[in-house]
Amino acid sequence: MSLPMAAQEALNVFEQAAGWEQRARLLMQWGERLAPLSEEEKSESNRVHGCESQVWLVAEQQDGQWRFKGASDARIIRGLLALLLVRIEGLSSAELAQLDLPAWFNQLGLGRQLSPSRSNGLNAVLQRMSQLAAGA
Amino acid sequence: MFQPSPWRADFPAIDALQRQHQTYLDSAATTQKPQILLDALSHYYGHGAANVHRAQHLPGALATQAFERSREKVAGWLNAVDSQQIVFTHGATSALNLLAYGLEPLFEAGDEIAISALEHHANLLPWQQLAQRRGLKLVVLPLDSRGLIDLNIALQLIGPRTRVLAVSQLSNVLGAWQPLEPLLAHAQAQGALTVVDGAQGVVHGRHDVRQLGCDFYVFSSHKLYGPDGVGVLYGRSEALARLRHWQFGGEMVQIADYHSASFRPAPLGFEAGTPPIASVIGLGASLDYLAGLDAHAVAEHEAGLHRHLLRGLNDREGIRLLGQPQLALASFVVDGVHNADLAHMLTEQGIAVRAGHHCAMPLLKSLGLDGAIRVSLGLYNDSDDLQRFFEALDQALELLR
Repeated sequence: MSLPMAAQEALNVFEQAAGWEQRARLLMQWGERLAPLSEEEKSESNRVHGCESQVWLVAEQQDGQWRFKGASDARIIRGLLALLLVRIEGLSSAELAQLDLPAWFNQLGLGRQLSPSRSNGLNAVLQRMSQLAAGA
Repeated sequence: MFQPSPWRADFPAIDALQRQHQTYLDSAATTQKPQILLDALSHYYGHGAANVHRAQHLPGALATQAFERSREKVAGWLNAVDSQQIVFTHGATSALNLLAYGLEPLFEAGDEIAISALEHHANLLPWQQLAQRRGLKLVVLPLDSRGLIDLNIALQLIGPRTRVLAVSQLSNVLGAWQPLEPLLAHAQAQGALTVVDGAQGVVHGRHDVRQLGCDFYVFSSHKLYGPDGVGVLYGRSEALARLRHWQFGGEMVQIADYHSASFRPAPLGFEAGTPPIASVIGLGASLDYLAGLDAHAVAEHEAGLHRHLLRGLNDREGIRLLGQPQLALASFVVDGVHNADLAHMLTEQGIAVRAGHHCAMPLLKSLGLDGAIRVSLGLYNDSDDLQRFFEALDQALELLR
């Protein structure tokens, strides 16, 4: 399965990133790409719990394809959200269920963000995303 | 000027962590362990484990002896009258739960429990849930601007309906000694039982429970350079006698029948099941180690590092301390920077500090924060640790601003 274009772009830049500082800078830059959520979308029911920061995840399905949106008040998790969304944009539920997302973050050199003790919330976001996708 | 720690080499993990480029500044969460403790654990398991207070065989006798010697050492550490006043639990949290269940029959609907606004969840939730079970009122003593329990208000709030006062000695977020003396004296005059959560306080200096005058004092071993899985509940003998048994099974029973049983008094009556034997023995070894240190030198060392920490934080723009920390730790936030982002940057640079709500969500909320970074010190830290922290902090803030 070929990568969506934006995901390929992310992979190219993150693969070349040397050191944590550059990765952190890139994460913050990618976070700025997230389309903003409206105030109504930042509702309690869209909140992802289990994060150090406030994180919202909104899921919509159009013609069998998923459209996710996300936001956070912290920058690193915004970047992680952006990298997640470019990878899953437009997938069907079946494709989403098969996707190895930890592998995706490993490819980006961000696998450690998924370790169980990390409270940044990426784990909670992935769980929430699967719930949303499975519930539809 | 470099401030070394004369005790650093006694803690093998510090060296190991350094080889992994980790600077450990999270001792208020748990501490690294002295070699003498590792030796004690290895000796116990290497020379014959056995259950305590059960078997007449030699390994059982030796294990029981070592286990009870630890009880004496803990009693000595706290200057308790009698080692039978020391109950081993599975942690400070379980000791506080023991109290909340053990004291439950003493309450009538409408009675009050007083805690402070800075309590760790361990000294909040057991009382909150007890209040819900029995229709009691949980009174929260407010703080003043320095992060101390506001005495003027507290002394009014603690009244004849107060059955229990449960407060921390030293806040795990604000790092300030609480004014226990007037609080405890007032509560006792009102006929209340007093509980001191010494989880942080016990680590700094020696505390004399007789001088404190509390009915109960609670701490956890793992914050005091001992093994995890062990907590200590000290109780005045009269206060211990008022506790109802709460967990059942094992050697806590005197006579058991199918339909009824009678139970031992404290301490054994409150140590249901097999206790964490190795850890209790290990705690004894850690106390031996600590007792052998020059207490004055330790206090001076910790105070010096703490001054260094506060100076460095105050020197940097936009850093806001929580309260007015006096020792051991400092919690802070940075204007315009999310603590989760700062935590990420520090972690990436091998700085082990704690970020988040520090198991005191209501306190953080009352300060208008959803999290903070906490740097906490142990006796093995040196000024290079702080230097590395400050360099990493500067680097992080440069990236984030």
